[in-house]
Amino acid sequence: MKSFAYERAETPEAAVRDIDGATARFIAGGTNLLDLMKLQVETPTKLVDISRLDLASIDRRDDGGLTIGALVPNSDLAADPQVIAGYEVLSRALLAGASGQLRNKASTGGNLLQRTRCYYFYDTASRCNKRSPGSGCDAIGGVNRILAVLGTSPHCIATHPSDMAVAMRALDATILTLKPDGDRRRISIHALYRLPGDTPHIETVLEPGELITHVELPKPVAGRQVYRKVRDRASYAFALVSVAAIVAVEEGRIASASLAFGGLGPMPWRNAAVEAALVGQAPSADAFAAAADALVADARGYGANDFKIPLARRTLIATLRDLTGA
Amino acid sequence: MHFTINGRGFDADVDIRTSILDLCREHLGLTGAKKGCDHGQCGACTMLINGRRVNSCLTLAVMHQDDEIVTIEGLGQVDDLHPLQQAFVRHDGYQCGYCTPGQICSAAGMLDEITRGWPSHVSDDLAKPSLDDDEIAERMSGNLCRCAAYPNIVDAIREVGSAAPAGRTADAKDAAMAEEIVA
Repeated sequence: MKSFAYERAETPEAAVRDIDGATARFIAGGTNLLDLMKLQVETPTKLVDISRLDLASIDRRDDGGLTIGALVPNSDLAADPQVIAGYEVLSRALLAGASGQLRNKASTGGNLLQRTRCYYFYDTASRCNKRSPGSGCDAIGGVNRILAVLGTSPHCIATHPSDMAVAMRALDATILTLKPDGDRRRISIHALYRLPGDTPHIETVLEPGELITHVELPKPVAGRQVYRKVRDRASYAFALVSVAAIVAVEEGRIASASLAFGGLGPMPWRNAAVEAALVGQAPSADAFAAAADALVADARGYGANDFKIPLARRTLIATLRDLTGA
Repeated sequence: MHFTINGRGFDADVDIRTSILDLCREHLGLTGAKKGCDHGQCGACTMLINGRRVNSCLTLAVMHQDDEIVTIEGLGQVDDLHPLQQAFVRHDGYQCGYCTPGQICSAAGMLDEITRGWPSHVSDDLAKPSLDDDEIAERMSGNLCRCAAYPNIVDAIREVGSAAPAGRTADAKDAAMAEEIVA
């Protein structure tokens, strides 16, 4: 690990003031950042410790939604009675990820911003446009079984590894931030992440030094919620494919559907065409197949990960069958 | 830097990059916690910080100067073993023993999480988790055992978790046997 300067911030305002320069990083739980620093994938010159900021509460708003502090640990968020009651898909997604020890440390904000687990991103002897812009991508044509089939580019086929963020996308979360100039802004989670294009090292729309302070969830919506995760081990493994689903059936027809996917793309994936294929339809094998077709219409495999395309279809169809009983 | 570990105060002048695991093992002589992968994947380094189990290898010491850190040395003593230590002895919950300090610290944190009603991935009802073997296996999945002593680890944890209230309940014979083995 390269050495670094260290400061503990007392307030969010002080944190964004201290984070001078593109080579400084905020650290909260540190479970992803320190791992990457040990491998010198990340080599920050300065760490601003935000772990003591007063951003660790979960509060119900007057409009019925929840405001989640960026420092709420994944464990606490998953176990919160309000989350379990109104946002079961979020609790289920969190509990499907990592281990008990990691969830105790990992923060809500950090989980959103965690980096890909692409082998070539981690291996500093390999070419990786995300780690070293312009160097190339050894994952394309390499060992890419775990990598993306949607939203890829000739420069990067990495996946976003989060389970939590997939549920947050299904729940239409909003990210609240504080910028170094003191401005605060609200960013829909649908606008937070960027496709890799030819700049895969730029993963979000956050500006340098911009701090996530909270995540807002709208008030709970109607429908059954489920998080289905397909992985190589029964526990403590990243998703090959996952689905966060909220589906409401009224009078024999699908009244609303909110579906987001993990393991498939460079960001938690959501495609309005998938939901449009379902809403208004009676739950049926044909309707589910149409939704699955829409999901994988633009999918592209890279050899070893070709299997993810039929797996995504089957996982979505099985999830819809479970939710609707059709 | 100043630290509180196992109820004792320690002063240590360490590199800013030092993890709590390395602080304990390399600077304070607390070698109970083990370094397996050093990347948060194996759980051998598990300690309790403010009562919560964490991977001490992925935790900078400098960030935890104000916290209560408990290692396996603080959980029980040779002449006064923690109930989980007694149960691991009784059920032969190890072979080589390298993962054991992490397993036991993790189990202590995990049983507390169940007491607080925290659900897991395998809980049917997120609001009312129970302690069964599937729950123990899921909740302990962050602790690997290369000897694959898992069945006996689960037996040991189930026994302690099922005892209500959790306490030091082993009889004198068990305690004597445990002492003998630890010695």
